Amino acid sequence: MVSAGYTSDGILRLATTTSTENSGLLAKLVPQFSDTRGIPVHVIAVGTGRALNHARNGDVDVVLVHAKNAELDLVNNGYGVERYEVMYNEFVIAGPETDPAEISGLTNLGTAFEKIAISGALFVSRGDDSGTHKKERQIWGEVGIEPNGDWYKEVGLGMGRSLQIADELRAYILTDKGTWLALKRKLSLPVHVQGASDGRNDYGIIAVNPEKHSHVNIEAAEKFIDWIRSDEAKAVISEHKVEGEQLFYVIE
Amino acid sequence: MDGLIGASAEALRLLFTGDREIWEIVAISFSVSFRAILYIVPLAILSAFALAYGNFPGRRALITVVNSLVALPAVVVGLLLYMFLSSSGPFGGWRLLFTQGAMIIGQMILAFPLLVAMIHVSLQGVDLSAWQTARTLGANIFRAMFTIMREVRFGLIAAIVAGFGRVVSEVGCSIMVGGNILHHTRNIPTAIALETSKGEFEQGIALGAVLITLALALNFAVATVRGRDMARH
Repeated sequence: MVSAGYTSDGILRLATTTSTENSGLLAKLVPQFSDTRGIPVHVIAVGTGRALNHARNGDVDVVLVHAKNAELDLVNNGYGVERYEVMYNEFVIAGPETDPAEISGLTNLGTAFEKIAISGALFVSRGDDSGTHKKERQIWGEVGIEPNGDWYKEVGLGMGRSLQIADELRAYILTDKGTWLALKRKLSLPVHVQGASDGRNDYGIIAVNPEKHSHVNIEAAEKFIDWIRSDEAKAVISEHKVEGEQLFYVIE
Repeated sequence: MDGLIGASAEALRLLFTGDREIWEIVAISFSVSFRAILYIVPLAILSAFALAYGNFPGRRALITVVNSLVALPAVVVGLLLYMFLSSSGPFGGWRLLFTQGAMIIGQMILAFPLLVAMIHVSLQGVDLSAWQTARTLGANIFRAMFTIMREVRFGLIAAIVAGFGRVVSEVGCSIMVGGNILHHTRNIPTAIALETSKGEFEQGIALGAVLITLALALNFAVATVRGRDMARH
């Protein structure tokens, strides 16, 4: 395998978020697709912002990300063919065991954000234009708070590293449930708000438009999109568990 | 502390039980960095000779530029190279982005200033008359170069080892233009970055141990050869 890598013939390049890669889901999905269809898949796991940027530049063939508005922009601007819903999981708020902002049990992320801001407890932000960061900015916007000050730490790192920092600083953090579950045993950072009305986290898949970038492997991209929405793939997604908990729910 | 000891023990176990994924990552690291150095060394040697013995305007300024570029951050090289190799960039047609080829080019660019600067310093230690004598005795330019290179062989080796050390351990450029793709462009540093982000410190430490062991072995080898040479003179 070492000598491979000079040609891109027949390869499907998938840009996706660290949450799908780190949770181990793609490691189950991708080999099944590659083995049955004979199409090698190269997974590039970055934040949603960068994944969409790769799509716009034509550096990948297909993107699987979680930032619905930005995804629709990609399609509307002609860089993406069409957005298909794949699955969802949820955003939760984790924080120090002592819960200084007293948010435990709340059912709305916005309300919890307000209480955290007022309490002055530390909050760690991804600060990297990822899907989770976009969601966080959106919630602050909705509750009319412009977060800044010593309590608000923009770390500019991936979800896993950000969770580790929140753990060290005993800070609150907005996280996708999957990454939190994967790291749960290494942290003392329990989830305080989950099942929130505004916590749904949708994942969409989009093929890069060959009209904008003629070299795009559209055939393979479309096969992958068809496959990830097939009953076979849906079963893999539904059965994927981390720490005994189901991570992703299929969108019918 | 428990965490550190546990992680180190697990790291050793992973290495010695021949965890296939780890050794594949190690192989990719070596193969990419070895090729990068192999391809760039001839050009670096020629450039260093030009800077040392050439007679052209702006030579001093060029030396300063090369010395400054040694400090170029890998992530900046990665970013610039990404913009060149992106499908929307000027060399997008090469379709090199997210391949080992892109990583090799990035590492060649990173190694080049360090190699030139170090080789240039070695050449400055050679009496200029050696060069002039060789040339007046009718040696063509390449013969003269080989004579001098024999003279400075240890400086040359030290430069190559340092260059290899620089590129085999850099993460910023490899992750940007390689994409950290499993089985293809995931090398030791990008794998460490990934495993750390997942909280898998054992894998990170195991890979770090391989890198350090390699660096130690290389430097010991060079120091030994050099020591023997010093004793002779």
